[in-house]
Amino acid sequence: MINFSYTVFIVLIPLIFFVLLGFFGNKFKPLVSGIIGTSGLFISFLLSCYTAYQYFFVVPKIAGAFPKLIAYNTVWLRFTDTLHIDLGVLLDPISVMMLIVITTVSFMVHLYSIGYMKGEKGYERFFSFLSLFTFSMLGLVIATNIFQMYIFWELVGVSSYLLIGFYYEKDSAVAASKKAFIVTRFADLGFLIGILILSITTKTFDFISLTDPKGPALQQGSSILFLGLSTMTWSMIFVFMGGAGKSAMFPLHIWLPDAMEGPTPVSALIHAATMVVAGVYLVARMFPIFVISAPAALTVVAYVGAFTSLFAAVIACTQYDIKRVLAYSTMSQIGYMMLALGVSGYGGHEGLGYMASMFHLFTHAFFKALLFLCAGAIIHAVHTNYMTEMGGLRKHLPITHLTFLIACFAIAGIPPFAGFFSKDEILAAAFENNKLLWAVEYAVAGITAFYMFRLYYRIFWGKEQHYSHPPHEAPLVMTIPLMLLAVGAILAGLVPFQNLVTSDSLPFENHIELGIAIPSILIALLGIGIATIFYRKETNLPQKITRTLGSFYTAAYHKFYFDELYLFITKKILFDRVSTPVAWFDRHIVDGMMNGVSYVTNSVSGRIKGFQSGQLQQYAWVFVSGAIALALAFIYLWTL
Amino acid sequence: MFEGVPLTWFLIVATIMFFIGIYGFLVRKNLITILMSLELILNSVNINFVAFNKLLYPQHMEGMFFTVFVIAVAAAEASVAIAIIINIYRRLINIDVERIDEMKY
Repeated sequence: MINFSYTVFIVLIPLIFFVLLGFFGNKFKPLVSGIIGTSGLFISFLLSCYTAYQYFFVVPKIAGAFPKLIAYNTVWLRFTDTLHIDLGVLLDPISVMMLIVITTVSFMVHLYSIGYMKGEKGYERFFSFLSLFTFSMLGLVIATNIFQMYIFWELVGVSSYLLIGFYYEKDSAVAASKKAFIVTRFADLGFLIGILILSITTKTFDFISLTDPKGPALQQGSSILFLGLSTMTWSMIFVFMGGAGKSAMFPLHIWLPDAMEGPTPVSALIHAATMVVAGVYLVARMFPIFVISAPAALTVVAYVGAFTSLFAAVIACTQYDIKRVLAYSTMSQIGYMMLALGVSGYGGHEGLGYMASMFHLFTHAFFKALLFLCAGAIIHAVHTNYMTEMGGLRKHLPITHLTFLIACFAIAGIPPFAGFFSKDEILAAAFENNKLLWAVEYAVAGITAFYMFRLYYRIFWGKEQHYSHPPHEAPLVMTIPLMLLAVGAILAGLVPFQNLVTSDSLPFENHIELGIAIPSILIALLGIGIATIFYRKETNLPQKITRTLGSFYTAAYHKFYFDELYLFITKKILFDRVSTPVAWFDRHIVDGMMNGVSYVTNSVSGRIKGFQSGQLQQYAWVFVSGAIALALAFIYLWTL
Repeated sequence: MFEGVPLTWFLIVATIMFFIGIYGFLVRKNLITILMSLELILNSVNINFVAFNKLLYPQHMEGMFFTVFVIAVAAAEASVAIAIIINIYRRLINIDVERIDEMKY
């Protein structure tokens, strides 16, 4: 057996660098701290690659399946002999895959940030937070038990909060970071409830025994609990609520677009490639429970995913801030992954959706990180986020232009780019299970192609704007990650996922079905075509369409008024109707009682303080007369 | 008992001394006089100790010891009290007990 205990260093190295840069970062020159952080991540990246190589190609399979290995384990908190919380490293196909994704994207983002953050205040703070985030995310994916996952889940939330609010002098960034934190915390409450129900029912935290399809844990909790759903279903719905919060699924999606206030590399790392897919990873991690004990919860996952992907894609068509377009696109793509998990079965070809979801997660990480980093390079060049103030940039930013185009093709699903393969698997899985969801996703594929090319044409084609200074290509340290990720966006689709990452760890036969693939290519081309007609040259067609759609367009432009709705619920209903009366009760009744007690004490003591006159002989008089009175009383009693 | 002096006489002397002490303590205004009154009270108690010891347990010495003990403690107490009085005098140029009322409410 191969010893995998070195994998613990993949996680620990970012932690060490976080502490180093966090405490001693100001001792170094900014550039040095950037290079230190990046080199730390590079070591993690190399270790992850080595782990993946060993895991997938060297470790002997058990009955044809990839084994689940506990590479490292330690008891972290012992309550009793049977109840203890462990920290450890679990290696199985999805966690190894996530290690690769996270360390790759994180390394690229670190490298890119050396250039992007140049001259910013808090350079070393930025790098220490990036390391903290990477540490937490890696800890999350290698969690051996659900409690460890929860700990790192919260750590990820904290580092996301810190990085969104990186420009803490900007009010909007502060508001956005608070919003992200509060919304995800609210969702995490659901996650915690889910964990408690699950662990009470199954008496274990451990993933291996929880997700063993033949194990005793899955036989528990199938009785009806509440509203016609079983215990297990409820716990899985609550767990999914946590996942939905982190992954910005409807209706907990409102924080993600605002999170774009953070620096662009952060958006690429956290809000596109890694943290937001934690929800997908969570569902995938618990997948056997979902599929065997809680199919109803899985249906919820599928419909929430499908609805979010459509909803977000429609909004993405109307936004002008390029990072917000990408944010909605991220939500839409994560919706795809959720949907794929939702329509999946367990084992063999039944588990196509599971494989497709993980596959899409993998490819999406590359092309979405690439899109965000390109957006960063564009913003770096023209100093604006709004596509209305851009245009004709292809001559000025040749490398960014080319890599952005590759990423657009990848996300639109044009072969041979990565997105085509994974999206095709998702559509195939949906087609086999639920025609309605397939139709939704099919439409979303077209919309995706449309809004991505709308973005592309508005930025790189069209009329050239007057820029304050001529835009110039980003430095090499920024363009190298772009090129490497572009290579990833082209080649990631060729990874044979059906042999590596499947629902039951057994490889299965899978081919691209032309009946699914050709229509999806056609609708992507249709979307691209419409975008070309609308936006390649300056025309008034978009305005005409906008006017025809009228109020629907306005609603989509305002994100269907969800922010306003939530504000209404929290401000008008919660704050005004509930919190204000409660606050009044606290201030007047509870505090009033305490104030009353202190008032009485105060006034009584004010009255009687004259007794303490400071006249020694007065006290002596009282004492002597008391003593005499007592003596007389005793004498009287004796003589009685 | 003491060659014809009865116990009652001792007790009368002690009682008179005691109440002179109490009286002085309550009415005199000079701190040093108050201290002297206190010594009178203590010494009246000492007379009682010695008298009762002789009457009840002539072969034992406990009452005597206790008296010596009280004298020693009284000496210590007097030194502390006089030190306090000196300090008060230094601060206030005054040792009138009625005007030393710093410690009131």
